[in-house]
Amino acid sequence: MNKTSRKPKVNHCKTPMPSQQPSVRARNFLEVALGYTAEMAAEEAARCMQCKDPACIRGCPVHVPIPGFIRAIREGDFQKAIELVKEKNLLPAVCGRVCPQEEQCEKECLLGKKHEPVAIGRLERFIADWEKQTCTIRLPEMAAPNGRKIAVVGSGPAGLTCAFDLAKLGYKVTIFEALHEPGGVLFYGIPEFRLPKEIVKCEIALLKRMGVEIVVNAVIGKLITIDEIMQEFDACFIGTGAGFPRFMNIEGENLNGVYSSNEFLTRNNLMHAYMSPDYDTPVVRGERVVVVGGGNVAMDSVRTALRLGAKEGIIVYRRTEAEMPARKEEISHAKEEGVRFECLASPVRIVGDNGWVESVECIRMELGKPERDGRRRAVPVRGSEFRIPADVVIMAVGTEANPLVPRSTKDLALNVRGYIVVNEETGMTSIKGVFAGGDIVTGSATVISAMGAGRKAAKAIHRYVTEHSQQTKKSV
Amino acid sequence: MAKILEKRLIRTPDVYYYKIGAPLISRRAQPGQFVIIRLHEQGERIPLSLADINPLEGTISLIVMAVGKTTSEMSALQEGDDILDLCGPLGQPTQIERLGTVILVGGGFGIAPLYPVAKAFKAAGNKVVVIMGARSSDLLIYEPEFNEVADRVIITTNDGSRGMQGLVTDALETELRKNRADLVMAVGPAVMMQSVSAATRPFGVKTTVSLNPIMVDGTGMCGGCRVTVNGKTMFACADGPEFDGHEVDWETLMNRQKKYLRQEKDSFETWKRKHSHVLCE
Repeated sequence: MNKTSRKPKVNHCKTPMPSQQPSVRARNFLEVALGYTAEMAAEEAARCMQCKDPACIRGCPVHVPIPGFIRAIREGDFQKAIELVKEKNLLPAVCGRVCPQEEQCEKECLLGKKHEPVAIGRLERFIADWEKQTCTIRLPEMAAPNGRKIAVVGSGPAGLTCAFDLAKLGYKVTIFEALHEPGGVLFYGIPEFRLPKEIVKCEIALLKRMGVEIVVNAVIGKLITIDEIMQEFDACFIGTGAGFPRFMNIEGENLNGVYSSNEFLTRNNLMHAYMSPDYDTPVVRGERVVVVGGGNVAMDSVRTALRLGAKEGIIVYRRTEAEMPARKEEISHAKEEGVRFECLASPVRIVGDNGWVESVECIRMELGKPERDGRRRAVPVRGSEFRIPADVVIMAVGTEANPLVPRSTKDLALNVRGYIVVNEETGMTSIKGVFAGGDIVTGSATVISAMGAGRKAAKAIHRYVTEHSQQTKKSV
Repeated sequence: MAKILEKRLIRTPDVYYYKIGAPLISRRAQPGQFVIIRLHEQGERIPLSLADINPLEGTISLIVMAVGKTTSEMSALQEGDDILDLCGPLGQPTQIERLGTVILVGGGFGIAPLYPVAKAFKAAGNKVVVIMGARSSDLLIYEPEFNEVADRVIITTNDGSRGMQGLVTDALETELRKNRADLVMAVGPAVMMQSVSAATRPFGVKTTVSLNPIMVDGTGMCGGCRVTVNGKTMFACADGPEFDGHEVDWETLMNRQKKYLRQEKDSFETWKRKHSHVLCE
C-alpha cells in the first residue's frame, strides 16, 4: 500500500474556505469565496480515501475522475490534476463554484457517511484557478478536422459543453447566441460575486482557440430558422435555456419597482447596471427589497439587492427553510449577509402608490399533506394577511419555456408545458438530426445537469453523423 | 457589428435616417418588427422599429430622434461607422392580409415604421389611407415616401401650418364617419395610440397599435417589456409589439415607460456636459 494514503488521522471536517467578511462583502460585488491556497488544497486532498469503487464519480453528471484528480493534487502534480478534470469537464472553474456538490459528488462521498465529505467542489475550483493563474491553459487533444459542421443554438452550459466535446472530435462547430455576450445564464444570470465574469470569458476563449465559432446577436427562430440551419449543417443542438420568467398573476405585479429575477439579474450581470451611471443601463436601487421565492435565483437576487445598497433584503417563501430549493450554502451566505427570511408566507397582491411599489401584502401559510413531488403542500391561513413595506419586489418564482425556437420550427414536438421532447437516450428531438438539452428540455435545473445533457447530445450527434455519413456513402 | 452605409438629417435638428448593412436581418425582417442595438461596451440595449427593409441590397433603415443619451450618441456616428451590436429581427410581424381599406395613423417621427407596413398592405391589394400628424409643418417627415405608396395621405398639424388643423384623431374621426375602414393601425407615442384606440371604438373598427415599452433582451427572457392586454400579462418583445388597441391597459404602459425617467435624464445631462462639442457641430 502507498504510504501517503495511510494517513494516521483524518480531519472530520472540510478544510474551511476563506471568504470575505459578511459585513464587507454584502456591500461589494467581488467574489465571496476566495478559494483555497495550495496548502489548504493539499490538506483537503489528504482527506480523500481514494476508494477503489468511487461512488463520487457516479454522483457527478459528467463523471469527472474525482479520486484521480485529488490524488494528483495530493502529489503536487497540478498539471496532471487539471488535465484529468478537463477530460470530462470543460468548465471546472464554473462548476467548482456553482455546482450543488452536496447533492451530487459530495453526497456520495464515503467519508461523508461518518464525517463531512471531501470538499470536492473547492478542490475542483482550486485546480481550475491554478491553471488560470499560472497561464498554463493548454488546448485539449483534438482529433483532425473531419469536415463535418455542427450548429449549436445557445451558449449556456449545455451549448458550451456540446460544442467543446464535438470540437474535440474534429467537428467544425458554430454557436449561435441571441445576446451580445456568450455564456447564457453563466453571464446574465449568476452574479459576479458568485461567478466572476472573467472566468466565464476565459472558458469561452478556450473554446474559440479550439476553433469554435461564436456568432452573437443571432436569435434563432428569428434571424435563421432551424430548417435553414439543417440545410447547411450536418446536425444541430438546441440549448436555448429556461426562457420566459414566470409571474404570480397577482394584483400590482406591473407596478414600477417590480422585477422578474431574470430582468433584475440581467440588468446587473449582463448590462452592469450596478456600475451605472458608468454603464448606461439603469436599475432601481431599492431601500427595502422583497424577493419572492426560495431557489438559488432568489438568493442571487436578494444578495445583489444588498450590494446595490438596500438597507433590508427580505426573502418571502411559502414553505419553510427546510423545503427551500436553494443550496444550503447560498441560504447561509444570504443569512450571514443579513437577509431576513419570511417563511410560510405568500404574496397575495402588491400595493402601489402613484405607480410605484409601496408594500407587499402576504398571507401566512401552513404546511399540509405532501404533494406528488414529496414536498408538503403550502396552504394559506385564512385572515392572516399582513404587509411588508417595500420599494422593490423581485419575482423569483421560476420560468416557462421560451417559444421562439418552437414557434418557428414546424414538426418540433413539445410537451404540454412547451418544453422540447427528446429521446432520453440520445437527446434527439422529433426532427432528425436536431438534438436538444438543458433547461429547454427539463425546465429550470442546474448548470451541471445542462452540461450533462450537452455532453450526452454530443455523443449522440457524433454517432448520428457517423452513421448518417456511412449511409450516404452507401447510397452514392 | 453592422456598418452605417448612409446617414441623413431628415428633420432639423435631431431626427436622422440611417441605412445599415444587415444582409441576414434584411432577408428575414418583416414590416412591424424591430431590432435592438448597443453602441459600445458601456452602452444599453435599445429597441428601434424598422423604417424600411431592403433584402436586395441587404440593408435595413432606422429613423432615430436624438432624445436621450444613447440616441444622441447614435446621432454622433457617421457614415462608415459601426454599430457594435445589432440584433433582430425581433417581435411578431404585422399581419398583412387583404382586408379592404386600411388606415395607418402616425404621429411625429413615429410615422416611419408605418412605411414598410404601408407598402406591404398596398402590395396585398388594400386601399391604404395614411393620416400623419405633427405639431407643425416643419416636423413632418416621410411625406413624399407615403405619397408614393398610399392611395391618400391626410396631413394634420396642431397649428394649421399644413393640412387640416387639429390632431390625427380629428382627421381619423372625420374619415371614419365618411368612409368604411377594415383596419386602423397606429404607431407613435402611447398617448396618441390611446387616443386613436378611443376614437375608433365607437366605430367598431379593429385597431392595431405597436407598443414601445422599455426592453432589455428583446427575446422574452427578462419580462421587462410586459404589458397588460385584455387583463393578461404579455411580453411586447415576443408576443407583440402589436396588440389590439382596444384591449391595452394604457395607464400601466405609460406608468412603466416612466420608470427610469430620472436616471435617463441624469445620464443625458452628464453626457451633454461632456460632449457639448459634439452637439455644437
